[in-house]
Amino acid sequence: MLIMGVMAIAIARIRDLFAVSMLSGIFSLTAAAAYVVLDAVDVAFTEAAVGAGISTVLMLGTLALTTRQEKVTGGKSKGTAAFFVVAVTGAVLIYGTFDMPRYGDPIAPIHHHVAPRYLEKSFGEVGMPNVVTSVLASYRSFDTLGEVFVIFTAATGVLAILGRAGRRRREDEIADETVTARSDDASPDKDKETAS
Amino acid sequence: MMHRKVVLRVVSKFLIPPILVFALYVQFHGDFGPGGGFQAGVIFGAAFILYAILFGVETVKKVLPPWVTRLLLVVGVLTYGLCGVAGLLLGGNYLDYNVLAHDPLHGQHYGILIVEAGVGITVAAAMITIFNVFAGQTGED
Amino acid sequence: MQGIVDAFAPLYAMWQSFEAFMAGPGSPGLLGYWIVVVLMMTGFYIVIAHDNLVKKIVGLNVFQVSVFLFYILMAKVSGGTAPILADGIEKYANPLPHVLILTAIVVGVATTALGLALVVRIRNAYDTIEDDEIQAVEEEEDT
Repeated sequence: MLIMGVMAIAIARIRDLFAVSMLSGIFSLTAAAAYVVLDAVDVAFTEAAVGAGISTVLMLGTLALTTRQEKVTGGKSKGTAAFFVVAVTGAVLIYGTFDMPRYGDPIAPIHHHVAPRYLEKSFGEVGMPNVVTSVLASYRSFDTLGEVFVIFTAATGVLAILGRAGRRRREDEIADETVTARSDDASPDKDKETAS
Repeated sequence: MMHRKVVLRVVSKFLIPPILVFALYVQFHGDFGPGGGFQAGVIFGAAFILYAILFGVETVKKVLPPWVTRLLLVVGVLTYGLCGVAGLLLGGNYLDYNVLAHDPLHGQHYGILIVEAGVGITVAAAMITIFNVFAGQTGED
Repeated sequence: MQGIVDAFAPLYAMWQSFEAFMAGPGSPGLLGYWIVVVLMMTGFYIVIAHDNLVKKIVGLNVFQVSVFLFYILMAKVSGGTAPILADGIEKYANPLPHVLILTAIVVGVATTALGLALVVRIRNAYDTIEDDEIQAVEEEEDT
C-alpha cells in the first residue's frame, strides 16, 4: 500500500499521459493485491479485471483520439493554492481517523449490524457458500438491479455522445463538400451548436 | 497495421478460447468461489476487446454486429427485471426467488443464476459497445 | 509437499509482517486509514491542480480507489478469512462492504468510460483538452 502512495504521487507529477495511463493500470493491480491481503477476494478479482484491463484500454483509446502530452500550465500560484487546500483537508481527515476503530478490530460497530446475520443464516436461507454472491444477488438484489441500470445507462450515454457525434461530423463534411464556398465559416458554427 | 506481429496474433488466438471458457467458469462458479456476473462479463468483454485490438474492429463487427451487442445490452437488463416480475407473478414480492421453485432453496438458486446471467450479459455487452465506439472513432480520424 | 510449503514461507512471512505492521503495538492501528487519506488527497490535488481533462479523470480514479480501500479496510477482521463459508472456520471478513465495492468498481469503469467519451467529444468541438484553453475559446466566441 505504501507502493500505491508512491505511485499516486508519480501519477500527479508525470506529464506524459501515456505513462500516466500505464501507471494507473499498475496502480489498480497493486490495489487488487492489497484487497487479497485484506480478505476481499471477489473485489480483488473485479479490480484486476476492470482496473488493470478495461480502463487502461479505454484510456489508451482516448489518448489515441486526443493528445499524448499534457501541456505545462498553471503558474506556481495555482499549484500552491491547490496544495494548501489539499493539505488542510487531509489534516482534517487524519484528525477524523483518530475516532475510527482500530485495524481488524472484531468489535467495531460495522461488524455488528446486519453482517453477522448474513454470515450465520445465508447458508440456510440461500444455500450458497459464497456469502458475497448471496448478498449481492439475493439480499440486496434491488441494489444490484440499480447498478445494472447504471451500467446500461453509461453504455447508452457513450453511444449517444460518440456514436451520433461521429455521424454528425460526417454529415458536416458532406455539407462542406457541397457548399464549398462557405465551408470554413459554416463548420465551426455547426460544431458549436451541437456542442452546446 | 498489425499484420506483421505474428507472435502476438498466434498467441492471442491460443488465448482467446480459454479466456471465454474461463469467463463462463467464473459466471457459473460464482456461487462457490470468488466470481459472479460482474467479473465474468468483464472477462468475456476483454476477450473480444483483445481480438479487436489485434485484428481490427471491423473483424469483430463481422462476428458481433453492433446491433447484436446493443440487443444484448437490453436483453441483460430485461433478464434481471423480468426475473423479478416472474417472482411477482408467482405470488411473491418483486425479486423474491423463494417462489420460483417448490423448494425455497432451489428457488434461490434459480433466481441467483438468472440474475447473475443478466448482470453478466449486460456488463459484457456494455464493455464491448463502449470499446467499439471508442475504436470506431479512431478509424475515422 | 513440504518443499511446496517451504517455498511459500517467505510470502507468508511477508504477509505476517504486513499484518504486524498494520496492527502491531508500534503503530496505533490506523496506518491503513492514513494511507487512504494520502491517496485521496493526491487524487484531489490532481483534480483541482491540473488543467488536462484526461489527467483529471485519472485523478478521480485514484480518489475512487482510495474510497474502495477505505471500505475494504473497515471490513477486515483480524484472524478472519474471505467470506466464503467452509467447515471449521469461525471468523469471516464482513461481506457487506465487499458487495458494495464490487458493484462500485464496475460502475466506476462505466462512468469513467462516459467521462472519457465526453473528453473525446470536447476535443472534437474545441480541438483541445486543456481546461483553460477551452475557456479561452469560449470567451473568444462570446466576443
